[in-house]
Amino acid sequence: MSDATEIGDATERALPGGGAAALSPEELRGLLRWMIVARRLDRECIALQRQGELTVYPGFEGQEAAQVGSATALAANDFVWPTFRELAAAIVRGVDAVQYLQYHRGTWHGGPYDPRATRFGPINIPIATQIPHAAGYALGQKLDGTDAVTLVYFGDGATSEGDFHEAANLAGVWRLPLVLFCQNNGWAISMPTAQQTAGEIWRRAEGYGFPGVRVDGNDVLAVREATAAALARARAGDGPTLIEAMTYRIGAHSTADDPARYRAGDEVERARAGDPIARYREWLLASGAADAAFAATCEEEAEAFAMQVRAGVIATPPPPEAWMFDWVYAEPPAGWNRMRDEALG
Amino acid sequence: MNEWTMSGALNRALGDALVEDPRVLVFGEDVGRSGGVFRVTDGLQAAHGPARVFDTPISEAGITGAAVGLCFAGWRPVVELQFDAFSYPAFEQVVDHVAKMRNRTRGRVDMPITIRIPAFGGIKGKEHHGESPESYYAHTAGLKVVVPSSSLDAYRLLRLAIADPDPVVVLEPKARYWSKETGELSADGPGIGEGRVVRSGDDATIVAYGAMVSRALDAAAMLADADGIHARVVDLRSLSPLDDELLARCARETGRIVVVHEAPRSLGVGAEVVARMMELAFDHLQAPVARVTGWDVPYPPASLEQHYLPSVERIVEAVRAVSSY
Repeated sequence: MSDATEIGDATERALPGGGAAALSPEELRGLLRWMIVARRLDRECIALQRQGELTVYPGFEGQEAAQVGSATALAANDFVWPTFRELAAAIVRGVDAVQYLQYHRGTWHGGPYDPRATRFGPINIPIATQIPHAAGYALGQKLDGTDAVTLVYFGDGATSEGDFHEAANLAGVWRLPLVLFCQNNGWAISMPTAQQTAGEIWRRAEGYGFPGVRVDGNDVLAVREATAAALARARAGDGPTLIEAMTYRIGAHSTADDPARYRAGDEVERARAGDPIARYREWLLASGAADAAFAATCEEEAEAFAMQVRAGVIATPPPPEAWMFDWVYAEPPAGWNRMRDEALG
Repeated sequence: MNEWTMSGALNRALGDALVEDPRVLVFGEDVGRSGGVFRVTDGLQAAHGPARVFDTPISEAGITGAAVGLCFAGWRPVVELQFDAFSYPAFEQVVDHVAKMRNRTRGRVDMPITIRIPAFGGIKGKEHHGESPESYYAHTAGLKVVVPSSSLDAYRLLRLAIADPDPVVVLEPKARYWSKETGELSADGPGIGEGRVVRSGDDATIVAYGAMVSRALDAAAMLADADGIHARVVDLRSLSPLDDELLARCARETGRIVVVHEAPRSLGVGAEVVARMMELAFDHLQAPVARVTGWDVPYPPASLEQHYLPSVERIVEAVRAVSSY
């Protein structure tokens, strides 16, 4: 499509700062604050897992700009469908982190918070299956005549699944108010993107009849700008956009994974050199919108928040046995109730 | 009193639901302009508009996943998956999300989805058009699974399914779409989870569902005439939940049970019926419960399907066997 464009450049070190003009100094500072808070929380979660307070945890270090840049672009009534690696986006959207982490504490499944109240869908593990949900939600919003937009996150690996294709195709045919946001972090567990797909993910949009955009996913301003443009396009009734944010998974797939088995150490070091937070901090301070004292305050806030979340997680008790049965049916069958009574005594 | 085909009764159920609840949506492959391959959605798009009744790309996982998202947005989707075997691409969505989303969200988001699937054999269909997928769905907690056997009950079950706050899989027996029944359409009567006695008798009980109910009735008539055996016929209607009370009562009152289905025998609904009989009424059984089923083979080509499907003769022989045990 002629309107398929590239914004930013994944190999470019310097922030273009193109999206900065549209943001107030407060918004610019907010991006740094969220990224610092998110990274500190992510590291705390890994510590909590190592200490036995969380079950397997999928870290997102390196992807802060992709998540914070996109999530902060959303309007209050927009709706987000996450994968299992969007804790940064979740806290930006106001999801309570302790409630969210009930999932990783193993006290409940993917929807431990209220998805409708937070406008943040359940944490989703089966790869790409949330993308049709997002398409359906966007259809529902469109039928209701709202101007709300739906944004769905997924990874590079998800684009190999049929559900990605089916949902993207529906979004194109029905011209849905949907932003398909791919965080291409280079790896799907042990599979590098080159073994996942021979083409470029953003270019697939052309086949579905809507624009695709590749953006430097480690440039928070570029991500913010690309997402804002896609949201505006959807809000105007012009249909979906596929954004491929080029980022990097610095950590393991999850705390149960050992990436030393499949990727070379220097690759990670190269990625660390382009760290999205360090890059943005440097740019922000140089821009004059923030000073070193602000950055220090962010670190303090992040530390306090991480400690608060830690305390909340540790204080979360195991759920009562009855929870296994409480929400299976809205109208439980009589025979099923007898089984419940048998289990619960 | 009107005469209804099952297809016509289902069509009326969808139309009435669309009128009564403005949040009901009907969508699937070829359901709009064409009116569905079995004409179940005929005329609905013209009557209710393309925003309420619409065609989809060939995309069963997409259709079913979209239904999940529509529920979050407060809609009440009724989707058609065109044939039994074509429901399999949607299986992940059905099992991982449709069935579990209410539980995953701790009751905050209901999934009032109706999944209609033209199912089962007996119409000389091509391969992948004659399968009995009920055990896959009935084995999944969170789903309800119903199978109508007649026009009036098809209307009732579909209305109940659409009104139900939980997801319901409606397996429509293709072989009965053009069968006729006379009466008034009504959602009143037995609910989901209740079976019904469609022929009385105290010597034995034939338990069936879907297209096998009419064969069970033919077998019961033959047994009464030829053997003086008065077999009760139970239409299960609801495979999940099963009507334990009715099954236990039939065991107590007749002592001899034959269960009939088209699906392969092993791990079929019949196995569950047998287990329930053992648990609920073992002391009343006067013979081992017999199963008359399809074989444990892929559904055969059209020219062989009558050797696969339970015949009236096989049902008669099974009832004779349990009666003389």
